Amino acid sequence: MQRYPLWKGVLLAAVMVAAILLALPNWYGESPALQLSRRDRAAFDPATVTQVAGALKAAGIPAEEVYTDDEGRLWARFTRVDDQLEARDLIQSRYEGQYAIALTNASRAPEWLNTLGLEPMSLGLDLRGGMLLVYEVDIEGAVAQLMQRLERDFRKELRDARIQYQEVAVAGHAVHVTLRDPGQVEAARKALLDYDPLLTFAPDAAPGTLTVAMTEAAVKERQGFAIQQNITALENRVNALGVAETVVQRQGQNRIAVQVPGVQDASEVVRLLGKVATLEFRLVDPTGSPLEAERTGRAPLGTRLYKQRDGTPVLLKRDVIATGEQLIDASFVPAQGEPAVSVKLDSRGGDEMLRTTRENLNRPMAVVFIEKERELAMRDGREVAVDRSKEEVISVATIRGVFSNNFQITGLSAAEGTELAKLLRAGALAAPIVIVEQRVIGPSVGQDNIEAGTEALLIAGLVLFAFMVAYYKVFGVIADIVLLTNVILIVALMGLLGFALTLPGIAGIVLTVGTAVDANILIYERIREEVKNGASPWASINAGFDKALSAILDSNVTMFMSGGVLFLFGSGPVRGFAVTLMIGIMASMFTALVGSRALIWLVYGRRRRIERLAI
Amino acid sequence: MEFLKEVPSIRFMTLRRWWYAISAAVVIASIVLVMVRGLNLTVDFTGGLVFELGLSQPADLEAVRSALAAGGIEDFQVRTYGAASELEVRLPPAGTGAAGDLGERVVSALRTVDAGVKLNRTDSVGPQVSQQLGEQAALAVLMTLLLVLVYIALRFRWRFGVGSLVASLHDPIVAVGAIALLGIPFDLGVVAALLTILGYSVNDTVVIFDRIRELFPKMRKTEPADVIDRAINETLGRTIIVAGCALSSVIFLAVLGGETLRGFAIALAIGIVIGTYSSIYVAGAIALDLGASARDFMPPEKRGDVDDLP
Repeated sequence: MQRYPLWKGVLLAAVMVAAILLALPNWYGESPALQLSRRDRAAFDPATVTQVAGALKAAGIPAEEVYTDDEGRLWARFTRVDDQLEARDLIQSRYEGQYAIALTNASRAPEWLNTLGLEPMSLGLDLRGGMLLVYEVDIEGAVAQLMQRLERDFRKELRDARIQYQEVAVAGHAVHVTLRDPGQVEAARKALLDYDPLLTFAPDAAPGTLTVAMTEAAVKERQGFAIQQNITALENRVNALGVAETVVQRQGQNRIAVQVPGVQDASEVVRLLGKVATLEFRLVDPTGSPLEAERTGRAPLGTRLYKQRDGTPVLLKRDVIATGEQLIDASFVPAQGEPAVSVKLDSRGGDEMLRTTRENLNRPMAVVFIEKERELAMRDGREVAVDRSKEEVISVATIRGVFSNNFQITGLSAAEGTELAKLLRAGALAAPIVIVEQRVIGPSVGQDNIEAGTEALLIAGLVLFAFMVAYYKVFGVIADIVLLTNVILIVALMGLLGFALTLPGIAGIVLTVGTAVDANILIYERIREEVKNGASPWASINAGFDKALSAILDSNVTMFMSGGVLFLFGSGPVRGFAVTLMIGIMASMFTALVGSRALIWLVYGRRRRIERLAI
Repeated sequence: MEFLKEVPSIRFMTLRRWWYAISAAVVIASIVLVMVRGLNLTVDFTGGLVFELGLSQPADLEAVRSALAAGGIEDFQVRTYGAASELEVRLPPAGTGAAGDLGERVVSALRTVDAGVKLNRTDSVGPQVSQQLGEQAALAVLMTLLLVLVYIALRFRWRFGVGSLVASLHDPIVAVGAIALLGIPFDLGVVAALLTILGYSVNDTVVIFDRIRELFPKMRKTEPADVIDRAINETLGRTIIVAGCALSSVIFLAVLGGETLRGFAIALAIGIVIGTYSSIYVAGAIALDLGASARDFMPPEKRGDVDDLP
């Protein structure tokens, strides 16, 4: 009889049950699906569900299942991607504009797994098809934009303060001001501080000159702003595509990666994401009736009809006070009691704002968010660029005081404030972005990839398993169980940590299985050696594990290190591979050292006497 | 079943001068090959556009070329990959965001040849990105080498660190040479494969070093060359089985894993063979010629087993 600590057994069993549960949804896999949500976010009623299912059936599109989820959205699941696309076209034409349709994947797992919140691991674009776009933000351009604006504003502020200057010039991240009359330095400093109290002046400027240098932190902040602004704008537009599971994330110092699964028309997506956003500050027209204007379709003279985000109409004056080009910054101030959005305009915008607020105290002012989209249309057989724009009022607030280039919008909830600040930033003069990388993988290619990958994994696994049994007999069976557990653990951990499975990831798993046998082989070869040297069965087993430990540790640590380096320096496919490699190494160490020993004890541990080991 | 019933007593170390010469020749040949013949770099590293298209019948490359030229597409390269009905069209880097429009133009141009043509995949990589990808890849290889050197030097002795470093340099260089020779497309996947080869080679080396570390104190009277021979012989069974298992997995990946994984898998297969060879003939031999002996492992032995854990 050999002892095996109970706590170890319980721990192992618990880990295994958890891993199997986590990995189980992957067994059932996913099917291409459509996800419909109503524009008013209300739940679908059973009648509509039957109607949609009937429409699909009538059109001869085989749907696996049509159902609603907890949030009242309607799902239709299909066997093939082609059916999914056909169904989308059908629903789009039949229920024109009524529902938001998203192409996605739905789990085939039984209900109880879904209610536990267990989902299969997400698939990378190479396995499900889709599009990757990497944008590069011109962060230096963003800083240059700001410097030019400072230069222009400084000139204007000095002119307004009647201070004569010889030169106002930008050099790198600084603006140099040379005055005609050196005695006016203090006056100039004051005028500029009035414009922006946060300006910092270089201390060692020559007499009669002023140097305003951007601090390193301010430059960084500006660059961060440029990226954040573009991320917000891209997020808005990606969400508008109506595709589920899109990803917009910063990549490295100045890039933004956008992942859109399952989309067909690449140029369409590029065009939609390449929209230009801007803002307009306008006064609300208090006299006319917006409802009347909406009904008749005619706005009173000097006004235009707009819609707010919730759909209510509003009449705004035609004169624009300031535009997004003049917006320098907008940020949410979570002040206690009264959250606010702090807005900063340039001088030109500030002047106009000052004039307007002085004359219109206690009247409401609105901010309009405009998105322009350049479209190529055929006119007389030639391609012409046509701008289409979407305009929306994102804020209406009463003017409570006279202000110019620095002001606050209050009367918002924290959530509204954050959203408004985001939209304002998105509408500010954007730092230019260019596409530096674009990859599109057709959905059928994705399906081919996943089939080929799984097939390779299966056959490689089977051959390996058969070999291990032939070579190590009972111990080979143990090794096989351990390897299988290893794969289950990898899949469970991938899902748990939220990493998407990619094709190189599958390769990583195949390779891990190939080398995970190494740990087992090291142990078994040691046990064989000990047996040959005449040690008793249990002494051989224990010595085998003990002596193999240092080799297993050293080799796995070095493998893990190269995985870590790959993860840190790699991108895209290399990263997907590194993730599975590292997870696989951890799983294989655990299963080989702990799991395999427990299994050996299960087979031999409770016998009174062992004549010989089947190894 | 057992391949090696008895521990063999092959005298690997006596022939090491020959193996040095062969290794050096292969390394030089690889470098020359890469310089003369060049690598078949993909858009990942050159920048540019690649369209993969599926045709309904085997492609007639001449017809495809004239159709593309007629469609106003310039500077293109065309080849088939995998099945003869799968076509790859490669273009130099285009303006930003133009990939989609160009793709449509390629497809409409090819419709004249094959009405059922389908665009399966687009890869467009700008010059900034491709340059950075190359730099990142090189940096990753260097970082891995450095980490491995430090780790082995800490866990064993510096002589072994150098031995494994030389082996680790040897393997990817020869693998790159083989990739150049076979004209395998060199993409990010192949870089990942090279780094894995590095990891695998070190892994293999470590197992033998581990046995050397164990044997030296036991066989103090024996010549160092004989100790290293014995360590290699004792682990030979394991080395063959593991290499065989890894190799068979990778070969299945190459045959069944689809076109995308083929280059990666072939590179790995080459690397496994070289890695196994180098851990036997290169790593241990260099440590030996740098003067590895029982003295290297004397002091830690006194400190006992605890030192074995990192």
